[in-house]
Amino acid sequence: MRKQAFTSALAATALFALAGFAIAQTVGGPVQSLRGADVDEQVNVPDNFTQEKKRFTRNYRQQPPLIPHSVDQYQVDLKANRCLSCHDWTTAGERNAPTLSMTHYLDRDGNQLDRVAGTRWFCTQCHVPQADAPALVDNTFQASSGN
Amino acid sequence: MTDNNIEEKRPGFFGRLWNWLKTPVGAISLGFLVVICFVAGILFWGGFHWAMEMTNNEEFCVSCHEMRDNVYAEYQGTVHQNNSSGVRATCPDCHVPKAWGPKVIRKIQATRELYGHFVTGVVDTPEKFDEHRLYLATRVWTAMKKTDSRECRNCHKFEFMDFTEQENRAAQNHQKALDEGKTCIDCHQGVAHELPEGYLEAYKEVAAEIEGK
Repeated sequence: MRKQAFTSALAATALFALAGFAIAQTVGGPVQSLRGADVDEQVNVPDNFTQEKKRFTRNYRQQPPLIPHSVDQYQVDLKANRCLSCHDWTTAGERNAPTLSMTHYLDRDGNQLDRVAGTRWFCTQCHVPQADAPALVDNTFQASSGN
Repeated sequence: MTDNNIEEKRPGFFGRLWNWLKTPVGAISLGFLVVICFVAGILFWGGFHWAMEMTNNEEFCVSCHEMRDNVYAEYQGTVHQNNSSGVRATCPDCHVPKAWGPKVIRKIQATRELYGHFVTGVVDTPEKFDEHRLYLATRVWTAMKKTDSRECRNCHKFEFMDFTEQENRAAQNHQKALDEGKTCIDCHQGVAHELPEGYLEAYKEVAAEIEGK
């Protein structure tokens, strides 16, 4: 009786070991980390794609570039212009933002200015935040040349 | 030695007090005193705290037209007043420290604002307010910069900020700010109120002065 129990236990252990080995074989190969990279390798957090990061291609040559970020509640009025706190030539470098085109520093008579020309002050008159969304209203606009 | 023994016959002041306290009259008197002091302490401290909190809410702030017609009006519709989650930051949340010591200091400083309101009327028209706006803003920026934006950080803490949930531009700049030891107000001026002309130059002067020290 005792011998029988011992044999059963041995058989069960062997069966478990075999099953475990088989599972390990099917999963296969050496141990891998969850991120598929070596432990001493820096794995950065993936980008957040909730908003289009890339610049949209211009639909026509003269199109003012679109704004690839939210501009909610940015103050752009006679007193202050929040956009310029990053995009003016004086700050664009440290804020890692694109500088305004130099055409924006020309007044209506073509004089070079150090500050943004008054005629170019209100950014959102031409530049709008980009969104891959259907047009709100139909329009029949045709670009002046080419595609 | 013998002189001392004679003196010990008549106990000193504290000795006599101690003996008196052991009499029924003394014990009851002391008990009464303790209870009354305790209750009075609660009433006065509670009353003081209650009175201070009465001056520490939005309703009190906008009871002056200078606040109601200018900064409070501008604050309407900003992200600290109107947002998806319905959480709101009121005037004292940003402009009065939470910790007791700094709070009392700020409250004492605020008495000068009463002088400005009742005596000099320094900002009692929108025009006057706009004239002083840069000065007023500079004072707030200086306080924020000096305290590492303490009042912002009552709610907004880098430790609990999930950069992956943020817009790419925001995440990148917050990481940069964290690495370079910047503080909230270094970028976020005018989040709840209008900015005056020349605000960026003025802020840079404030920052340079404080960082230079």
